[in-house]
Amino acid sequence: MLTVSAVAEKLGLNVVVKGDMSQIVSGCYISDLLSDVMAHGKDDDLWITLQTHPNVVAVAVIKGISAVILTNERNPEPETIRKAEAEKVTIMVSSLNTFELAGLLYMMLKDDGSVHAGTS
Amino acid sequence: MTENSPSEGTFHLMGGEFTNAGSASSELKSTLIKVGVEKSIVRRVAIAAFEAEMNVIIHAVAGTLRYEITTEAVTITVTDMGPGIENINQAMQPGYSTAPDWVREMGWGAGMGLPNISKHSDLFKIDSVVGEGTTLEIIFDLKEKNADS
Repeated sequence: MLTVSAVAEKLGLNVVVKGDMSQIVSGCYISDLLSDVMAHGKDDDLWITLQTHPNVVAVAVIKGISAVILTNERNPEPETIRKAEAEKVTIMVSSLNTFELAGLLYMMLKDDGSVHAGTS
Repeated sequence: MTENSPSEGTFHLMGGEFTNAGSASSELKSTLIKVGVEKSIVRRVAIAAFEAEMNVIIHAVAGTLRYEITTEAVTITVTDMGPGIENINQAMQPGYSTAPDWVREMGWGAGMGLPNISKHSDLFKIDSVVGEGTTLEIIFDLKEKNADS
């Protein structure tokens, strides 16, 4: 099983807030609509988003998200960082755009046997 | 902040208070885990509570989120002081929202709040009077699930 720390290392992510890096990554959900993540995100999913405000942390906590990844080098707001530190939610930043990062992540999860989506 | 017990409690919510949004639901989630409610039910309660909490923060002036936990059910009652919902059927339609643009830019106001609450609960009642406020009653059965856990 992949861990957050393995994903961070392999995808060259900048870890802005370090939560539990040994947490398992079982999948990924991508959305900038918070209610959509609430409805469809799963426990131990990574969450890729462009949202940088503090409510991201609240959603991650409620959903049991393993880590949040911001793409296009978007940085979390200072208040988001404070909240993430308090709640021990990992926030990482990628210089890639969402499509590129998702593609790499998809292949990683597939090699790991975690992804069962697609045509199968 | 609160004197909530494992069996009942009240959280006060302020409209426009986005920074601490979700704290009531997070605390409720911790309480449910502590009293041993099954994980899948905790997840559903947390989602519904958070959506209800957000609705008050986005739309209302102020409100309260009250919970009661018995061996049979978790009951959440959310009451706010308005503005009230003009057309409840419309508000229940996925995708319909009256949230302002700046709230939508934050990723809220996708018109999924009430449908999410309804979908994740066992019983959902909504009452609203324009100019007075909205009350939600959200119930999650514990009995059936407790029997096999």
